[in-house]
Amino acid sequence: MAGLEDLYREIILDHYRSPRNRGELDAPPAHKVEGFNPLCGDEVVLYLDVDPDSETVRDIKIAGQGCSISQASTSMMSAAVKGKSLEEVRQLTRAFKALMSIHESKLEGDGEGDGADLAAELSGVRLGDLEALQGVVKFPVRIKCATLAWNTLEQGIDEVLTSTP
Amino acid sequence: MAIDIATIKRDFPILEREVNGKRIVYLDSAASSQKPLAVLDAMDDCYRRYYANVHRGVYTIAEESTAAMELARAKVARFVNARQSSEIVFVRNATEAINLVAYSWARANLQAGDKIVLSHLEHHANVVPWQMLAAERGVEVRWIPLTPDFRLDLTDLDELLAGARLLAISAMSNVLGTITPVQELIAAAHAAGALALVDACQYVPHVATDVQAWDADFVAFSAHKMCGPSGIGALWARQELLEAMPPFLGGGEMIRDVRLDGFTTNDVPWKFEAGTPAIAESVGWGAAVDYLQGLGMDAVRAHEVELTAYALSAVHERFGADLTVYGPQDTAIRGGAVSFLFDGIHAHDISQVLDEDAVCVRAGHHCAKPLMRQLGVPATTRASFYVYNDEADVDVLIEALAKAQKFFEI
Repeated sequence: MAGLEDLYREIILDHYRSPRNRGELDAPPAHKVEGFNPLCGDEVVLYLDVDPDSETVRDIKIAGQGCSISQASTSMMSAAVKGKSLEEVRQLTRAFKALMSIHESKLEGDGEGDGADLAAELSGVRLGDLEALQGVVKFPVRIKCATLAWNTLEQGIDEVLTSTP
Repeated sequence: MAIDIATIKRDFPILEREVNGKRIVYLDSAASSQKPLAVLDAMDDCYRRYYANVHRGVYTIAEESTAAMELARAKVARFVNARQSSEIVFVRNATEAINLVAYSWARANLQAGDKIVLSHLEHHANVVPWQMLAAERGVEVRWIPLTPDFRLDLTDLDELLAGARLLAISAMSNVLGTITPVQELIAAAHAAGALALVDACQYVPHVATDVQAWDADFVAFSAHKMCGPSGIGALWARQELLEAMPPFLGGGEMIRDVRLDGFTTNDVPWKFEAGTPAIAESVGWGAAVDYLQGLGMDAVRAHEVELTAYALSAVHERFGADLTVYGPQDTAIRGGAVSFLFDGIHAHDISQVLDEDAVCVRAGHHCAKPLMRQLGVPATTRASFYVYNDEADVDVLIEALAKAQKFFEI
């Protein structure tokens, strides 16, 4: 049986109580993108300062409201992608989503950590603190809470790139 | 006659279920209720002894299944004091009942510029069908706002109803628990020349309902919230309205005759029941009606009023200002759905911790996003009570909430 401590790791609660990069950027020049989780009404707002020339996330601010998982995941995502190149961000996104989906398909397995290792292997990136969220996959209805920030980030970056000539 | 809660609990086999090593405490009846043995047995008996398609075969079990379904219709009709059984149209659920009115009556009668009046506490089922109609026909939707104490604000009711063709209103909020003054609202609607639709799917399971006393035109409700099976609900409407309305879905059963150049419709209510209906479910619903009537709806209501009062005072005593209840405090004007939020803890996180103790509550927007926006909250946790809940269930809830509060405040 998956216990609460699998879901609510201390580092998650820390990001929930003290979110990193909380705030706003002027949009424009920054790009504002919103994501919603219709299931629980979670809301994620991202302000992205993406430099199209160097293809890096120069700055990111987060806002919104929702459950501890969605808000902690947003905070952890912002810390993970700030200052990174878009290529690194794409790798992180893929790795994080793999972490969420690999476990999804083998929920009854007890191989804790396998998903994270496999995901890292797949993408060749280290997820670091983000791995704390792997317990979420034992609670299938909460996976969307954890992936909301990343889906919103992907959407925002797509929007920035398509609007840049 | 008072409710004998120990006996009632034994009537619901699922309440024996254990989750995480603990017996479940089911506090989500506003979403869907649990089913007593009488309902399970009636449906089982139908499938085992006399199941066949209805209104078709001349063989014995087809006659029996048809009779069983029509008997269930009669029971449901009596339960809400319809004038006759034919005023009960079986549909899938209350949502379909409202859509039936929107597609059939409204599209035959409403033009661009016509007005429909809703309220801020409506479920999406009584919002979106009208918004779809508004987008298609240019019908205008108007809204009755709420007061700060979670009632409908009727200050400008007459202005809102001026020129309206339909008032569509919930009898009891699935989020706030608020019971609306249905009779008064309908009288005002009729005085303004509008018809009145009542979304009664939270009301019928909990309070003795009399559609004639309401003087309503359309009433939507479902079986699954009143101890019956999912997959069946009803639209009650005045006979003459149903007769004048065009059919909704086309197919078998709803026709009298079909030729190459067209069709004629069957009599009411079958005119609106295209396709094979929910046969065993109708039988189960009939058994649910018998079960509730055996308890007595006044006793059911009295039990829930008492339990809701106990819960409201218990959360206040235990959590004080840390917990906000969204809904009236006066149990005379509310049902057993209690929505709340802890200061600084999201509804989903509360609900997750409660699951550890096998306490089943709902967290989210409860399919009432316009209302959540009015309340200024993204989500609430909702505990909702029914006839099989007791004070011990509330006590387990309180202890589990205290645990959740402690967990997130560490």
